[in-house]
Amino acid sequence: MKTDELIRTLGADAKSTVMPLGKVWFAALLFALAAAAFLLFMTIGMRPDFMQAMETVRFLFKFVFTSTVAITAFLALRMLALPGAAVGKFGRWLLLGPLLMLAAVMLELLAIPSSDWGRRLVGNNMFVCLTFIPLVGLCPLAALVATLKHAAPTRPTLAGAVAGLLAGGVAATFYAAHCVDDSPLFVATWYSLGIAILAGLGALAGRFFVRW
Amino acid sequence: MAGMNEAELARLMRAATAGDEKAYAEFLRGTAAIVRSFARRKIVQGGVDPEDVVQETLLAIHLKRHTWRQDAPILPWIYAIARFKMIDAFRRRGRRIEIAIEEFAETLAEPEQETVSERDIGRALDSLPPGQRVVVSSISVDGNSIGETARKLNMNETAVRVALHRGLAAIAKRFGRG
Repeated sequence: MKTDELIRTLGADAKSTVMPLGKVWFAALLFALAAAAFLLFMTIGMRPDFMQAMETVRFLFKFVFTSTVAITAFLALRMLALPGAAVGKFGRWLLLGPLLMLAAVMLELLAIPSSDWGRRLVGNNMFVCLTFIPLVGLCPLAALVATLKHAAPTRPTLAGAVAGLLAGGVAATFYAAHCVDDSPLFVATWYSLGIAILAGLGALAGRFFVRW
Repeated sequence: MAGMNEAELARLMRAATAGDEKAYAEFLRGTAAIVRSFARRKIVQGGVDPEDVVQETLLAIHLKRHTWRQDAPILPWIYAIARFKMIDAFRRRGRRIEIAIEEFAETLAEPEQETVSERDIGRALDSLPPGQRVVVSSISVDGNSIGETARKLNMNETAVRVALHRGLAAIAKRFGRG
């Protein structure tokens, strides 16, 4: 096929339309939130003392951290899906979640005697945490990877990893409502590890499934 | 044509999005020229034909035109897709060379003739399911319009459009990076 013939052929297909990317992102996010909420509330549910916990700063900070991870990941992901878009500024915002967590860990270390550090770090249910954050994040990750396929990421592995961060942020936000371990020492370790597992899965999915 | 600039291309693409088919064809021709000189500049050693990169980039640009935001510059978008497709072409070539070594004897016995019709996209076209292949080649190689193709194949125009779009998407998929 000559290039002129190809151009004529593409011109003949000019009227074909696909769903605008903004709408697809919106649908994917909505699905991600719904799927995560459904899985969590249908299985392990919220912690029994949820209302009392709402009054403690450690519990609330978990949501600040996880939702910061999710929101900053989404801002970067939207840019990574567009060829030639400037990602840099949004990429830097990804540091915000880890920096907040670093500050929280420092404060916790100051507030708690060192004899208690180990107990708080290990917590009550790190295995549940390491199982459920990736599990709750799987469906959201699938929806985000599908959206990446619809878009055109020129760095698919990186875009997949950031999709994993977003799925992890969403999953951890819901999981935080169940989890009774509120110490930043616990969250910084096990939540981050759970989110990192999803980021790794996302990178693999980006590498192998996001072809265009 | 070769000197089409940012503002001109962006204007044409905006017009194309609004439904102007002439503007779209002009946009594609301008883009082809830009990608051609980019690919010729970048591909200094053999193995990948710059024109293959031009064609695969045009196809990707067509199928992913919803990833250009009307308020964003268009040249960085075009170059990013061209670079991505060029890396793709090199990777694919690497794989194909491995296959060629295994089938060295046959390759020697029957040297392949490089002609214009044997572009990668042309080869991908040949591997489409028959329904899509007749429609795509009627429009591309034979130069028929949608309407002419519909009459010739005794189909309705919507079916022709659907087969054309699916065929193009299937061709692009064959070039997707794995």
